Amino acid sequence: MDQKRRAFLVSMAQNVAIAATGGILWAAYVDEAKAAPLILRPPGARKEEDFMSLCIKCGLCVEACPYDTLRLAKPGDHKPLGTPYYIPREVPCYMCDDIPCVPPCPTGALDIQSVTRQENGKRVFDITLMRMGVAIVDIKDCIAYWGIQCDACYRACPLLDKAIYMEMRRNERTGKHAKLLPVVDPDYCTGCGLCEHACVTEIAAIKVLPRDVALGKVGSHYVKGWQGSDENRLKGSKGIKTTVTPRSKKSPVESLNEGINFE
Amino acid sequence: MSRIWKKYRFLILRRISQIALLVLYVGGNYWGWKILQGNLSSSVLLGKVPLADPYAVLQIFSTGAIVAADALIGAVIVTLFYALIGGRAFCSYVCPVNMVTDLANYLRRKWKLDKFEKKWWASRNIRYWVMGLSFILSFLLGTAAFELVSPISITHRGIIFGMGFGWTVIVAIFLFDLFILKNGWCGHICPLGGFYSVVGRYNLFRVRHNQPNCTLCMKCKEVCPEKEVLYMIGKKSQIVDMGECTLCGRCVEVCDDDALYFSIRDFVTKGE
Repeated sequence: MDQKRRAFLVSMAQNVAIAATGGILWAAYVDEAKAAPLILRPPGARKEEDFMSLCIKCGLCVEACPYDTLRLAKPGDHKPLGTPYYIPREVPCYMCDDIPCVPPCPTGALDIQSVTRQENGKRVFDITLMRMGVAIVDIKDCIAYWGIQCDACYRACPLLDKAIYMEMRRNERTGKHAKLLPVVDPDYCTGCGLCEHACVTEIAAIKVLPRDVALGKVGSHYVKGWQGSDENRLKGSKGIKTTVTPRSKKSPVESLNEGINFE
Repeated sequence: MSRIWKKYRFLILRRISQIALLVLYVGGNYWGWKILQGNLSSSVLLGKVPLADPYAVLQIFSTGAIVAADALIGAVIVTLFYALIGGRAFCSYVCPVNMVTDLANYLRRKWKLDKFEKKWWASRNIRYWVMGLSFILSFLLGTAAFELVSPISITHRGIIFGMGFGWTVIVAIFLFDLFILKNGWCGHICPLGGFYSVVGRYNLFRVRHNQPNCTLCMKCKEVCPEKEVLYMIGKKSQIVDMGECTLCGRCVEVCDDDALYFSIRDFVTKGE
């Protein structure tokens, strides 16, 4: 009897050990394989974390894309297997008005709500609402920043003068010319990548990156005092705790003037 | 000719079914056909009816995410189809990996590898452990864990959307089944096969054994990819009731004595 029990326990332990070994290897692979901080997702994609939970890897968005912008990651692409992405330098997103890629998504990994807005009581598509990424200018390799006239990205931008606008600056080198510099406004940039596709330099000097990689975050303790709406955030606040030290008891002017003989 | 048809009729049907589905899916991607779009993870039939892999949808649920209606309806349709009619037929009539493992198994028999090979024993229940594990890992890692490694998806997606290095997985499965473990992938490890074994356990169509006709030649057990389901051969007239039966029909066609045939489950008779 004891022998039987022993055999049973050992075989149980064996099974559990096999499952644990397999599980750890499997988990280790999946955990690494799903991490792709620089991947650019289709229009309407949810946050990368939620996207990776929901995407069923069916490729319906890829099939719907009329420009073959979207592709499915295959083994060797070094991207989470089977998930859709795009490479703007090769094929950018042409921002179709009717957004064919988002509605076919069966799981909601691509969120229709995020690319529609209310108009006259019904939801209409608005591709300018999508945020696939944001364009970033490399000002050392952008020839416009050298003073050479180039506005390829600006002209390619579907939201011209909003997502990319040209800023005039004096050319200090020649002293008598102007530089017209492309500047991206992340409030409007959709990340379509038409600018990166159009860029004339050997390696694009304007690049689309995932928004959470490229953009910073100010934090809630900064308030735009000049903006009524932002100032409103202070309403109901119980004031700011000020740290008082022997030195800070005095006013700054007092503190600065202390000990100086003005005679 | 008619003899070939008689001996291989289900095999021919299965290959036609597997290849036709692949062609329809490939056409859906490359030529815009609206018959079947997407892939086996989720598709659209005739431009309207959503279909989804219920196992993949369950993994997504395990991550804590709620899928949209299309995938949910699609998964229900597929589940109902296999639960009522198809049984585990997905494995033998739809899955592209079946062609790879069938080839390995065919060569195994042809080269008589079983006679010389070192025998490894592995439980056919591993697939259920893998299935359980896939739900746990999906929950822990926040992504459908089997879908990121599934050779079925890699193969099927590869054929439709571009293979990349996916062919290495196919080679690995082929070698594994040929030289390491007989029916290794489909019959032991694949959790999707396990899933459909559970779903299709009580479907309508079943193989039935007619014991008085049986001459105990055991040709059926030789070709069967899940031979444990044929436990009643030569012992008892009854249906092949285990969910692991893929309804591939190989046993029916190799039987020279009409001791096996397709029939409909008799829900009234006791014990079936």
